[in-house]
Formats: sequence, C-alpha cells, structure tokens
Amino acid sequence: MAKTKLERLADRLRACPAPPGTKIMEVCGSHTVAIRRFGIQRLLPATVKLVSGPGCPVCVTPDSFIDEAAALARQGVIVASFGDMLRVPGSRTSLEKERAAGCDIRAVYSPLDALRIAEETGKETAFLAVGFETTAPAIAAIAIRARERGIANFSLLTALRLVPPALKALIASDTELSGFLLPGHVSAVIGRQAYDFLPSHHLPGVIAGFGAEDIISSLLLLLAMHNKGIYKVMNNYPRVVRDDGNPTSRTVLAEVFTTADAEWRGLGVMPQSGLELRPAYAALDARRRFTVRVQPGADRRACRCGDVLRGLIDPPACPLFNKACRPDQPLGPCMVSSEGSCSAWVTYG
Amino acid sequence: MDKVLLAHGGGGSKSAELTRLVFGRFLRDPLLLALDDAAVLPGGGRPGGVFTTDSFVVKPLFFPGGDIGRLAVCGTVNDMAVMGAEPLYLSIGFIIEEGFPVAALEKILASIAAACRESGARIVCADTKVVEKGKADGLFINTSGIGRPAFKKPVLASRVRPGDVVLINGPIGLHGMSVLTARGEFGLRASIRSDVAPLWGLVKTCRTLDVPFMRDPTRGGLAQTLNELAQGKRFGVRIEESELPIPKNVAAVCDLLGFDPLHVANEGKVVMVVGRRDADRALRLLRRHKLGKGSRIIGAITAANPGRVVMATKTGSERIVMPPVGEILPRIC
Repeated sequence: MAKTKLERLADRLRACPAPPGTKIMEVCGSHTVAIRRFGIQRLLPATVKLVSGPGCPVCVTPDSFIDEAAALARQGVIVASFGDMLRVPGSRTSLEKERAAGCDIRAVYSPLDALRIAEETGKETAFLAVGFETTAPAIAAIAIRARERGIANFSLLTALRLVPPALKALIASDTELSGFLLPGHVSAVIGRQAYDFLPSHHLPGVIAGFGAEDIISSLLLLLAMHNKGIYKVMNNYPRVVRDDGNPTSRTVLAEVFTTADAEWRGLGVMPQSGLELRPAYAALDARRRFTVRVQPGADRRACRCGDVLRGLIDPPACPLFNKACRPDQPLGPCMVSSEGSCSAWVTYG
Repeated sequence: MDKVLLAHGGGGSKSAELTRLVFGRFLRDPLLLALDDAAVLPGGGRPGGVFTTDSFVVKPLFFPGGDIGRLAVCGTVNDMAVMGAEPLYLSIGFIIEEGFPVAALEKILASIAAACRESGARIVCADTKVVEKGKADGLFINTSGIGRPAFKKPVLASRVRPGDVVLINGPIGLHGMSVLTARGEFGLRASIRSDVAPLWGLVKTCRTLDVPFMRDPTRGGLAQTLNELAQGKRFGVRIEESELPIPKNVAAVCDLLGFDPLHVANEGKVVMVVGRRDADRALRLLRRHKLGKGSRIIGAITAANPGRVVMATKTGSERIVMPPVGEILPRIC
C-alpha cells in the first residue's frame, strides 16, 4: 500500500540527523497534547528530546489565584470560569469542591457566556480571566462591552500571562535548549515579529499549527536549522499567522490592559509578563470591588510542576507522578489541566 | 471523599471510585459485583434471565435525533442487548417537576411508545411522582428491564482471546455532541443528530456467532468501553486510528472544545468482540441491518500490552487510550 503524505513525513523525522543532546521545547500546552496524541515523540531520533514549556494557562496560574476565586465565591459572587480551572487545587480548596459545598460556580466556554450570566441573573458575577495572548483579546472585548453597556455587576479576576517575556526568562536561566516549537494560536495575535529576540540568543524557532503534519514538518524545519547553525524564526502556520499578527486584537488588548510584573508557578515573578486592567477599567477589577485577601498557603513540597514547566525534568521524574498524583486525583496543576504535561504523559503514554 | 461531585457521575474513573469506596461497602451481592451492564439471574443451572436498571437526567429533554423518552427505552434495552439478551419487559418511573407542560409530557410518551415498538420490549409497570417546582429539572426517568438470553454461545468477557477482532456498527460521538450542541451553550449552530436507537434488532443478527463481548459505548465513550474490556486482563486491545469512524462535524466540535471523540457518549452503537473466524460473517450480517450499515473492524485483541488499550496512530506511531476522568459533559443521558 502506498504511504500517505503523513507517513512519509513521519519517516523523514525518524531518519533526521541531529547532534546528541538536542533539546526542543514545545511552548504551548495544546502542542504537548497533540504531540502525544499523535505519538510524535516516539518518531524522534534518539538524540532529540522534546520538553514541555510554560504554555498551559492552568498550569502556570499560582495557587493563590484559586484561593482568591474561592474567596469571591464564598462572598456570594457567581464565579464563571473555563472548566479546566474547576479541578485545580488551590492551597486549601478547589472550585469544584466549593461548588459542591453550595457556591455558585459555573463552567463557561467563553467570556461572553459569563457576561450573559451577569445580565440574566442581575447578581455579582466574576469571570476568571486566565490565559495567554490567545484568550486575552476576547476578554478585553467583553470588558469594553461591559463598560459600554454599563453592566455594573460584572467583574474580572485577572491572571492573564504573556508568552514572549516567559521565553526570555527561560532563556536567561537555561541555555541548554536548542530551539522552540512556537505556539500557533498565540502567534496569530502577536505575530512572528514578537519572537525577534530569539536569533540573538542563537536559538531557532518555528511557529506551528496543531495537526500531525503541521507539527512534524515544523520539527523537521527546526532540526534542519539547528543542524546548520541557522537561527531564524520561521512561520510554518501561514494559513493562520501573519508576520505582524492581528493588529486589531492587539489594539483591543492595549485599550483594556497594560503589562505588569506577574507570578508564574514554578518560574516566579517575571517582569512585564502579565496583563492588568488599565485605570479606565478599574471598576471591572474584582480585586478592587471585593476584598479578596488570602493567606499564603503551604508549599506543595513534593510536587515538581515547577521543574516540569521549565523543561528541567520529564513528568515521571516527579515522585508523585501517577502515584499520589493522578488524573482522577490531581495534586499538581500539570496533572489537572488537560493541556498539562503530566496529564498528557499519563493519558497518551 | 466527603461530598459527591458532578465528576462522580461522569461514568469514568471517578464514578468507579464512588462505586468502590461508597456503594461497594454496603451493596455486595455477587451478581451486582460482576459490574456488568445487566445482572444475569440464576435459573436452575442455565442463565435464567437478565435484569437491569438505568436513570435518565439528560439536559435538554429534546435534542436532534431523540428525546429523554427514546433514550430511557433504548438505554435499558441496549444494556440487555449487549448481554446477548432479548429485551422483554420494562418498568418505567417518572419524577416530574410541578408545572411541567403536559404537551411536552405527551410528546415524550409518544416517543417512548415508538421506541418500544421498535425494540420489541413492552412496558408492563409504571410509576409517577411529582415534586415541588425547583426540586427537579423538568423531568427525570428511570427504567428497568428483564430480558431473555438468546445468544448461542455465552457473551462472556472471560472468553475473549488474542486474535479476536473488534467491531463497531458506525460513526462515534454523535449522541454526546448532539446533546452538547442542543444546549446552545457555545453559540454553536451545528445540528448533530444523536444516534440513539434500540440495538437488539441489530445484535441479534449475530446470535449464532462467536461473540464473547459486547458493550454499548455510552458515557465515557469508546475509550471507556475498551478500557473496561482490557483492565485486569491478560490481553490488550489495539485499535487503528485510520479505521475509526469519526464524523467530520463531531471531529470539528471536539477540536474546538478540546474533547477526544473517543470519550464522547454514543447511544446507538455497539462494540463487539468477535472470534476471528466469524469476523467476516458478522460484518456481512451487521451491514444488512439499517443500524449496521457503517459497521467496520476497528482493531483486534492482542497478546501484547495486557490490560491496556493502544491506538496505532495515523503517523505510524502509537499511543495509549485512557478512559476519561471525571465530568466530561454532565447530564448527557
């Protein structure tokens, strides 16, 4: 039987030469899942290792954020969130448990649903604004709409994060990486130009889509550049990503948000790596509208999500992995999120 | 575990945990502990009959391709059918919320009657309770059923052997995605028709063949069913991604929302493990029935990977297939 195009690409990846110790980071959680779902990690030459990066929004959101959301819910505020967040353990509780205890916590698929809940119930409703450059523009658009319509019972609890500052911090701390598989959807907003800092660090990058062909062909491009010592950022997802990204989305973002230092789980506080509401939108800030003081929780000492998120270890190197911490009983966020590296390792092998 | 979470009702590993840690401490009849879709009752040395029960809380009550009434009949009929039993008698119980429109109730009853005619089962006892407004979401239904084993060789997972083939009677993921899109929560306009259907007419075409295992992949989808088959066994299951019948609209919605089509519920599908020598005959017989036109072989039982489900991917690689965890989509049936 004739081989399909995909099988031929897979053969090329299996046979692709690469120097020992080649380490490529897939930044985005959706890539982590896609790679393992298609079994692409098993096609790599023995000298190439793929590590997951900090591109899973649930994973990098610190415990204290869950504690804040739970505190809001206990005050009687309707908390609307992307479903993945509900099972994430905070330092003492999870939103799933708070919901079973009687709090009004709702899983939504878009911030628009959250705004609709606010309008329909007339009750104080807070949306957990979590995610990267991909989700941030839709959230900004909702903020604009809420202000225009004068919806006074809607607010945002923000923990939005930006990808390029995180990559810069990673590069500064770890020089063993050979290149980046760059996120397709984030890049659709920020454009290829946002990664122009990579070549000066002698690192290639390829923006990739999420199909098996997209990922394999992007890995082939990365390995080719790495082998030849070429340091460029290539856009292998041109059907979605433009060099300058989506200027309209960025305008909306800039209208509502400004950059600020932000804490990432496992990575600490990174300069200008988060988004917070501009003063004109301060009325929508749940932290201003309500008192959401939380006490710092105990450290998750055995959990090594932080090291997983920096690509320092593979999930099985964590002593809790698939033992105390399993998809049905997650302790760390990388196991909770369907985009988390630990979850992907257990789910797809 | 101190509170029941929605995730405990998802049919996946969380449900199993609730069954094991709570129910299993109190209800310990050996027939129940077999944890099959229906209990096989003793009958003087030969299997006397099968007995099963199921409750239905689907939201919304009406969705493209069916409604809660059709689902309540098919769910119980199919639980018996996959035990190799002809469904004979059903009981039905309604819990209705005060204020529920009689017109909607009549529509549901008409669909129950139609599903009974289609499946050959008779509803022979019924009960109704009404609760105050706000204490139930419109209408809940429970059905129980009694059936008569009709397969020549016993449908028993312990008879499954490496080399047996795995069949399914058509495209997967339709029911789950139908209900999901019918809720209109995502502004999705796709109208996906549920596959909800009574399966006895289809599966009985294979009653003289060697069929050691059948299961309807409902909550938890194909991944759940295949894992239940493999777990703790000395064989593995290997399926081929390129052979999986996943409709384009199901794949598209799954992609958008981050679901795995293998985790999505079906209500008119049966997974059959058939002895290798009977595989071709089974395919021919199934394809002759209107519910089996899309029947195909999707994999095989292997000596390798005991206890696990492995999928050969389209890239020529492979991956593990795990059952879903927790609440994928609450109130799908």
